[in-house]
Amino acid sequence: MNGAQDLGGQHGFGPIDHDEDKEPVFHHEWEKRAFAMTLAMGFLGQWNIDKSRHARESMPPAKYLSSSYYQIWTEGLIRLMLDAGLVVPGEVHIGHKEVTPRDLHREPVHAHEVAGFLSRGGPANRDIADKPRFAIGDRVTAIRMNPTHHTRLPRYLRGCPGEIVLHHGGHVFPDTNAHGLGENPQHLYTVRFAARDVWGDQANPNDFVHADLWESYLAAA
Amino acid sequence: MGHDDHDHGNDHHHHDHDHDHEHSELSETALRVRALESLLVEKGYVDPAALDELIETYETRVGPRNGAKVVAKAWANPDYLDWLRKDATAAIADLGFIGRQGEHMVALENTPDTHNMVVCTLCSCYPWPVLGLPPVWYKSPPYRSRAVSDPRGVLEEFGVYLPETTSVRVWDSTAEVRYLVIPQRPKGTDGWSEEDLANLVTRNSMIGTGLALDPAKVKR
Repeated sequence: MNGAQDLGGQHGFGPIDHDEDKEPVFHHEWEKRAFAMTLAMGFLGQWNIDKSRHARESMPPAKYLSSSYYQIWTEGLIRLMLDAGLVVPGEVHIGHKEVTPRDLHREPVHAHEVAGFLSRGGPANRDIADKPRFAIGDRVTAIRMNPTHHTRLPRYLRGCPGEIVLHHGGHVFPDTNAHGLGENPQHLYTVRFAARDVWGDQANPNDFVHADLWESYLAAA
Repeated sequence: MGHDDHDHGNDHHHHDHDHDHEHSELSETALRVRALESLLVEKGYVDPAALDELIETYETRVGPRNGAKVVAKAWANPDYLDWLRKDATAAIADLGFIGRQGEHMVALENTPDTHNMVVCTLCSCYPWPVLGLPPVWYKSPPYRSRAVSDPRGVLEEFGVYLPETTSVRVWDSTAEVRYLVIPQRPKGTDGWSEEDLANLVTRNSMIGTGLALDPAKVKR
């Protein structure tokens, strides 16, 4: 979706505020809890990472851009839980149970299980039978599309010509996985774009930008 | 539960006066998050001790010192560098850095001719096992918007000035592949131990918005 999250190439956000001395991992106590709740709820397996990203980017653009990172995470988590039927809006507002919890057939994730969940992670690679359509060195073009659903092809690359530089094998396809339509793994490639092919003559001719793109985002050039 | 929501406004200064009379947006967020945690605990979905464990993990155990060990080993050991080039996920796992947001690693070597820089324009993808959680600027619109379109301007904001002839290569993390930049090894470090070398490796040098430190300015 062409939401506020798709920031590549936009102007007007001002300087990068990068020189905070001894920057802490979290700036507020609530950020810690919001971060940890998002992970702990994710471990329960009621949704996947693509659905999580889609929940965050579905925030109205003005709100997305005026919210801090962990505010976006908090609202995304609430949306995921509402969609999954784990909570109802009134409960979120008052902070107390109003309806019987849906039985997840497991206990909450306990402290001793955390390290295991983190080290297992969530690998996205999948074995697929389809042969890759492209090989390293092939010239390709990122397709033009403007889907209203989740996608990981940024706007600034659509229609641009590039070259395959890495092949990662089959990876879960976010465009369907975010919407409960299956993992549908596809070959994933890293594509190198000349900066001038993306941004025009103002770019340095020695510069390149790369993105990791699924096979259906690409056409042979 | 370690709740202590003394958050008022965007600054990091502390205001000790009457909390009840302040209704900044952030304190409302703090209340919303607190209500959410109470609810999830009451419904049996969350164990507060697991939240504490998650927070402690990323505040104290997982951070850019991990990545610095990878870089120092790559500088000191050509066989390890070769392994990183061929299978960064396995080479990094060999040092014990595995799992969430580091499942599929690629190492990017900076050279005298090539400078690599990593961004996630669509969200905040970042190699957690080697760098920890991303800094605020990495997740914020100013960096995400301009890193791809004006990388040299961005680098200058970070105090990094590269010759026009250096190839700047930006990597937008649009899938589950995570990138670790291997900065150039500073001159004058022959014979340094891996431990000393690791002290030259900053977080930003592994994102590509910085360079390794000048060895003359680092205590050994």
